[in-house]
Amino acid sequence: MSVQDLEKIFQDKIDADIRIEPKDWMPDAYRKTLVRQMSQHAHSEIVGMLPEANWITRAPTLRRKATLIAKVQDEAGHGLYLYSATETLGTGRDELLEQLHTGKAKYSSIFNYPTLTWADMGAIGWLVDGAAIMNQVPLCRASYGPYARAMVRICKEESFHQRQGFEILLTLSRGSEGQRRMCQDAINRWWWPSVMMFGPNDDASPNSAQSMQWKIKRFSNDELRQKFVDVSAEQVKILGMTLPDPDLAWNEDKQHYDFGVIDWDEFWNVIKGNGPCNKERLEARVKAHEDGAWVREAALAYADKKRDTVKKEIA
Amino acid sequence: MSNQWPLWEIFIRSKQGLDHKHAGSLHAADAEMAIENARDVYTRRMEGVSIWVVESKHIHASNPDEAASFYDPANDKVYRHPTFYDLPDELKHM
Repeated sequence: MSVQDLEKIFQDKIDADIRIEPKDWMPDAYRKTLVRQMSQHAHSEIVGMLPEANWITRAPTLRRKATLIAKVQDEAGHGLYLYSATETLGTGRDELLEQLHTGKAKYSSIFNYPTLTWADMGAIGWLVDGAAIMNQVPLCRASYGPYARAMVRICKEESFHQRQGFEILLTLSRGSEGQRRMCQDAINRWWWPSVMMFGPNDDASPNSAQSMQWKIKRFSNDELRQKFVDVSAEQVKILGMTLPDPDLAWNEDKQHYDFGVIDWDEFWNVIKGNGPCNKERLEARVKAHEDGAWVREAALAYADKKRDTVKKEIA
Repeated sequence: MSNQWPLWEIFIRSKQGLDHKHAGSLHAADAEMAIENARDVYTRRMEGVSIWVVESKHIHASNPDEAASFYDPANDKVYRHPTFYDLPDELKHM
């Protein structure tokens, strides 16, 4: 069969909403796009543990501490679901980690911002996880089977992350003057980076059309961003706080919120590695990997030894 | 590369009476570790009562490219389905 025939069969399947599975024929560019997007997502989950781990030892109550540990543990799990799904495309775990550690692969730039106060745990849960959920729910229907299945699992677990975050902010918003200030300050710092999480505007996002045709993506960056702004602009009222955007206003004609211009220079700057914590995050990941090397080697040596013992006993 | 722990496929029984179902995969040095990791990765919210692990290299799969011919023998045998048989409506309990 010619490549054109195979491509047609492939696209017909996608158009008919039939999932693509690991052993099915797929265009190289589809495979490459998936490996890039899925590994980037996996890396984001793994690096995303760092800003929150920063507050585990300083959580204000045992309940908050247990919750935060569970959330960080979920993120490790989400990273693993996604790494495994990516590996079905033929790229090994070692290679994926190597790409992260050398800076060749990216992760979500939101995790290059520092977590300065306890309120940041609330703002991350509400806004960062909220934006992530907005992005991730449509991915549960992505055309690649293992990716879609991993996303279903992730979305089920993610909802608690957002709710616990909002609860943290709600508690602070009903607290002392100082706590309310801390709450507002965290919202101020996390709002714009969260809005940027949806990626460049549609007219500056050249790969989007192809990803839509392949049904890896179901909604455009700007559509999802608008939805996020609309939802958040209402939710913030319950906190009695404000979003740091003087242009934010309900537009009766559009039935959507208008919002201010995004500082894309900041966005690209952080992606290029000049965010407040890029260096620190990557160093922490590399160090964890290197410090764990002896554990991985010892476990392998132990497994080999056990296998040899069994062989000898049989002989 | 040779230092990488082997890959395992994970199957989970969500409750007694149901089949084990494929949940995903993970790396582990041996079967015992694969089961413990599977517990931490796939059953953090009581999603399982039993776990099977199989090293991925032991899984053999049919070839999707040959699906058309491979499943062809069943394709023209509608008489294997109960609705194929034309029976009067008065006939009850069948």
